Amino acid sequence: MNPANKVHTNSQYNALRQKAEKKRQAFLNEPVPKIHIGMATCGIAAGALDTKAAFEDALARHSVNARIHTVGCIGHCYAEPYVIIDHPDSGFPPIFYHEVTPGKAGMLTNLFLKEGDPRFEHVLGATVQNEMIPWIMDFPRFNLEKRVVMEKCGRIDPEDIDEYIAEDGYSTLADILQRSPEEIIKEIKDSGLRGRGGAGFSTGRKWELCANTSQNDKLLICNADEGDPGAYMDRTILESNPHQVLEGMIICAYAVGADKAIVYVRAEYPLAVKIITQAIQQAKELGLLGHHILGSSFDLDIDVFQGSGAFVCGEETALIRSIEGFRGMARHRPPYPVERGLWGKPTVINNVKTLATVVPVLSNGSAWYREIGTENSPGTAIFSVVGNVVHPGLVEIPMGVTLRTLIFDICGGIPGKKKFKAVQIGGPSGGCLPEELLDTPIDFDSLTETGAMMGSGGMVVMDEDTCTVDISRYFLDFTQKESCGKCTFCRIGTFHLLSILERITKGEGRDGDIEQLKQLSEDIKNGSLCGLGKTAPNPVLTSLRYFIDDYEAHIKEKRCPAMMCRPLIAYYIDLDKCARGCDACVGCCPVEAVFNTSNRKKGIDQILCVKCGECLVACPPEYDAVIKVSPPELAPILERPPEPVKKA
Amino acid sequence: MITIRVDNKKLTVKEGTNLLKACLDNDIYIPNLCYVEKMSHPPASCRLCFVEIEGEKHPIPACTVKVTREIVVKTDSPGVRQLQKVALQLLLSVHHLDCRNCEANRKCALQKIAKFLNVGLKSKHLDHFLKEMEIDQRHPFLNYYPNRCVLCGRCIHVCRDRNKQAQLTFANRGFDTVISFFIKPGAPPLQCDACRACIEACPVAAILPKISN
Ligand SMILES: Cc1cc2nc3c(=O)[nH]c(=O)nc-3n(C[C@H](O)[C@H](O)[C@H](O)COP(=O)(O)O)c2cc1C
Ligand code: SF4
Ligand code: SF4
Ligand code: FES
Repeated sequence: MNPANKVHTNSQYNALRQKAEKKRQAFLNEPVPKIHIGMATCGIAAGALDTKAAFEDALARHSVNARIHTVGCIGHCYAEPYVIIDHPDSGFPPIFYHEVTPGKAGMLTNLFLKEGDPRFEHVLGATVQNEMIPWIMDFPRFNLEKRVVMEKCGRIDPEDIDEYIAEDGYSTLADILQRSPEEIIKEIKDSGLRGRGGAGFSTGRKWELCANTSQNDKLLICNADEGDPGAYMDRTILESNPHQVLEGMIICAYAVGADKAIVYVRAEYPLAVKIITQAIQQAKELGLLGHHILGSSFDLDIDVFQGSGAFVCGEETALIRSIEGFRGMARHRPPYPVERGLWGKPTVINNVKTLATVVPVLSNGSAWYREIGTENSPGTAIFSVVGNVVHPGLVEIPMGVTLRTLIFDICGGIPGKKKFKAVQIGGPSGGCLPEELLDTPIDFDSLTETGAMMGSGGMVVMDEDTCTVDISRYFLDFTQKESCGKCTFCRIGTFHLLSILERITKGEGRDGDIEQLKQLSEDIKNGSLCGLGKTAPNPVLTSLRYFIDDYEAHIKEKRCPAMMCRPLIAYYIDLDKCARGCDACVGCCPVEAVFNTSNRKKGIDQILCVKCGECLVACPPEYDAVIKVSPPELAPILERPPEPVKKA
Repeated sequence: MITIRVDNKKLTVKEGTNLLKACLDNDIYIPNLCYVEKMSHPPASCRLCFVEIEGEKHPIPACTVKVTREIVVKTDSPGVRQLQKVALQLLLSVHHLDCRNCEANRKCALQKIAKFLNVGLKSKHLDHFLKEMEIDQRHPFLNYYPNRCVLCGRCIHVCRDRNKQAQLTFANRGFDTVISFFIKPGAPPLQCDACRACIEACPVAAILPKISN
């Protein structure tokens, strides 16, 4: 690029920056309290819209002047809906409140905003260090994290491009437009950044392969399909900071020489679709997209393509077919998309997180990035940690942190004094790891070694009441239904795996099942066409490797050690504990299986019982008379006394 | 021209030739179901034509390889045979075995491959599953037999080749995947003129004319 353009780029960017900063200063300087509310899909699902309405209503009712500022998600799902109230006149620092129901919103408006009482019992912490309220950064859930990619998530309004720009947004783009594409690719290669879409392929290498193809017409696709059940990192990033993804995309397109890009996002993410579409529009209006970006000679258009939510469409070749208007089915590679991708053109496909990471990597340099994480997996990992943990949510940690630290220190461990049993990492393509492997560092290679994989970042923590056979059955049910049906091993092989697992969980396991599961799993891994089939057996293989006792108990003793598989359990009532005349269980049973014995204690009709466990919940803790057993033969059989003849 | 070695036999082929075709043309049989000559993108879906190529870690479907250099190929290594046998057994485990009453009897590709691989038609290890629908009779001239179909996709390919736009397609996912025709209330009328291309392409007897003979 010639120097004239350089000046132009800087001055264009500086003008945008000044305008954005002025706007931010005006917002900050306005002498009224600010209420920041997390309004990503997760917040909304927890009731953030009602909370916001309640604040608006209460502000009007109490004639309090305050600004409501909607932001994205900070990843603390357990605290949703959350608000941060910044009320300088009260003398308190900005305060983080968790689980703010509409009722709490009204109360805080009245008592805190109006009267100045912060209601300590509802406070999670303060967002800055101070003398009065514990600082949130003193909590492990906050300070053991390392926010590189999600640094701005939950702090800025994703619907206002100026907030991103005021926080340094698009300055990296302005800067790299003055460097050569080769330099940028080299920097990304030096950083060691590996793709966050699952396989961990070197991003710099991928860009280089694409840049080096002789064809001119090149494309970039941002993969936001995110089909892994329980994973929602990509959605959160798109909803909380869409411009960082766009900035990463523009940089990538510039580096590889693409002039058209597509964000492939599933239609089940309506808010993400809306926010990214709007962000593209705003970027266009400011000259950050379209013709002559920031006055340079570089052009780029970005479109949004809504996928229909098939898991396999996250696989890059199936994704391409689906954009081309065909049924989403995978294709043999090579050729890889960087050689022949969408419409036959060289195409870079990167995950949302990968593209969002590019921005901090280039603004701080590859050396800085390499300081974070491990030698072979530099940077941070973003997980959505769900299941049996005290503080579920999105967590961004440096690579190399152990599973134990993540689950127990950051996410608060297992609730309810239960024991840890297993953690499933990498969703349906991943593996189920036991307690003994909790000291495994989280990085691409260590996780692959255990038989699990980084995958896209879904993590399900399971306590002692979890049956690993049933978990494998669950994931195989998912992959079997989501198999595109193209190739023999995946279409039929996973169906057999599933049917064997279903039999085992029903107590119909047979000798030889374990061997067959193992052999078939290996064959499916080796024989399948695409990554879906190649990884589908992982949950089975890892649970067989680490939880073989679970399988043997089911097959040999028809017993489910976690007492989760319904056909293998029974409930009965301990007559010594049952309080005569307490009818709690009778009323709750949906099938009238609970009956009165001759002395008005209760019994369960094992034939009618559907094993829903309602009676166990209903029985008052002081009696604790309902007992769950496996195998079901352990339940003593009580004869149901004949029904008294009803008189007409 | 490039010289390659397949199982100790030397073949000289044109650069860019499909490896599966090169072998078949030179009387080296490799089981296959989904490859149709001159395909630009073989689907590689039946997973039967695996071969081992020296220097590659895992067996590769021969139909996906274009000969661009001198390679050494093995078509009958234990790894290859294991995958081929399992693939065939999987196909047979969901196949309605009723050879005596099937129009394909003795011309059937499954019978031929089973014989070649020395695999019994009835599997001893795998349970047998069939789809609910025995015959799909919705098409005006054709009947489709889901429990015979091996989902090779040849019918779709030849139809697209002949009519530009295929009149049939894969439908559903996972185990429920079937071939289906674009017949739907409100959909444009089917362009099918009963050319029989799909019937002839089918390696089993999963698509048949409504009135036999
Ligand atoms: C069954 C399957 C599903 C996938 N789903 C996703 C997905 O939802 N998002 C994603 O980024 N990559 C997904 N991938 C990986 C992509 O094929 C591709 O490798 C990735 O988008 C490349 O981006 P990266 O280099 O930034 O990791 C999936 C792969 C398979 C086999
Ligand atoms: S492995 Fe599964 S999803 Fe992939 S091509 Fe084969 S059938 Fe389709
Ligand atoms: S109908 Fe015949 S040709 Fe078509 S997919 Fe089925 S087996 Fe193949
Ligand atoms: S012929 Fe090669 S996979 Fe079917």
